[in-house]
Amino acid sequence: MTTVAVAVSSCSKIFNHGKSNEVHALDEIDLAVEDGEFITLIGPSGCGKSTLLRLIAALTDPTAGRVEVNGKSAEQARLDQDYGMAFQRAGLFDWRTVSKNIELPLELMGWSRVDRVRRAGEMLELVKLPEFGGHHPSELSGGMQQRVAIARSLAFSPSLLLMDEPFGALDEMTREHMQDELIRIWAETNTTVVFVTHSIPEAAYLSSRVVVMSPRPGRIASVIDVDLGNRGDHTREDPAFFEKVTEIREALRAVEST
Amino acid sequence: MNWVRRRLGQSMAPVVGGVAILAVWELALLVTNPDGFVLPPPSEIIGAVFNNWDAVFDAARNTGFIIVTGLVVGVLLAVGAALLVTRFRTANEIITPLAVSMNAVPIIALAPIFNAWFGLLSPRSNQAIVVVLVFFPVFINTTKGLTQVEPSQLELMESYAAGKWRISREVRIPNAMPFFFTALKISTSLAVIAAIVAEYFGGRQDALGPLITQSAGLTRYADAWAAVLAGTVIGGILYTLAGALERVAMPWHSSVRTDRQSN
Repeated sequence: MTTVAVAVSSCSKIFNHGKSNEVHALDEIDLAVEDGEFITLIGPSGCGKSTLLRLIAALTDPTAGRVEVNGKSAEQARLDQDYGMAFQRAGLFDWRTVSKNIELPLELMGWSRVDRVRRAGEMLELVKLPEFGGHHPSELSGGMQQRVAIARSLAFSPSLLLMDEPFGALDEMTREHMQDELIRIWAETNTTVVFVTHSIPEAAYLSSRVVVMSPRPGRIASVIDVDLGNRGDHTREDPAFFEKVTEIREALRAVEST
Repeated sequence: MNWVRRRLGQSMAPVVGGVAILAVWELALLVTNPDGFVLPPPSEIIGAVFNNWDAVFDAARNTGFIIVTGLVVGVLLAVGAALLVTRFRTANEIITPLAVSMNAVPIIALAPIFNAWFGLLSPRSNQAIVVVLVFFPVFINTTKGLTQVEPSQLELMESYAAGKWRISREVRIPNAMPFFFTALKISTSLAVIAAIVAEYFGGRQDALGPLITQSAGLTRYADAWAAVLAGTVIGGILYTLAGALERVAMPWHSSVRTDRQSN
């Protein structure tokens, strides 16, 4: 018995509606994300994948259609803080220590100091940075900052995690390492993840479903199911992994040639 | 201990440099211009400070009062305006163009006019010049710091359903701190210049500006230089205070933490 975490029904998004610089970012999108799924949105730039993520986060409103998160409107879900979010830039606050950065959402939710400190410690354990709580973000490497950002997005145990190219700025080795961490955290915490990327191997490696999008206007071109079992270094050399990479690549080719 | 030694080493270099420049100045005058008529040697300037201690000290105190009050009022007005402008769109539409056009006015040239408004011998006109001159850099920089926030940081706060005031407190104001302190440090020297030049045209007569013009008029150049020196000291103290305030207010900032990173 699965329940729907995110339901996007016939959503369109038009920027600068009615003006000369009108952009049709999304057109009639239908998407249902089930509880515990790891969904990746992939597509060429301009396909509206980040816009779709922001619609789910209620950071922008659809021009038409409806978005539901956990059975309520996306806006209500935002106000209830049903989701955590991570961006391409870690976006940590320099004026807060690493621990205090992780505590920020908890402060806003009115957690007591004792609970906040304890949870920040647990989250630092989870992302394997237990000794860095007292440091300032500028003293950390890019990969470490991104891990702190992920810890922050998970700190209040949201049922849904929205990630916009969170590993896009990292070098390849750090990126693969972070993917393994994310898969591990996903498995440990039973979180539903919607993940935007433009990396084909990343989509194949992480996802339970890959949503391939086409540009101008943004549409869902195809949905590819992935089941690679337990991921690890062996997965990256597994023929099944390469098959999925090829399948996604061909879907993207088809999108680009139209 | 190491840290102390390094800090001492850092502050020794400019001291040595400064002393060297003064020595060259002194020696060069000794060789070329023994009368020290137009450019007196440093020893004579320092001598003039002590010979006229009462006059120089009173003048420095009076001008210092104008500088500090003008600086404080100007900075407070500028920060208040910056907060208004970033919080309310209508305030932005009214204040920003006004501030920009005001900046195009050569403020210091208004000194004689301000004298007419506030009275020739009133220090109010000098304070007003300092306030107006200090306002603009602080206003512009603080506004920049309040608005130039990384978009994802704002989206993050929105995703937490944080209100506007909370976003200001958690993101915009801390983000503006480095901008504000840069402007504050610039403003300290601007305020000294503004006060002294404004005093050339009016205000109290027992202040640094009149002391400079009167001494120069009487060809007592060492006394004029002594007054300039007093202004320099005031500027130096204010700049140092601003820097100390910066250190206290934002210990996280890299410009403050440099010595920790270099070890």
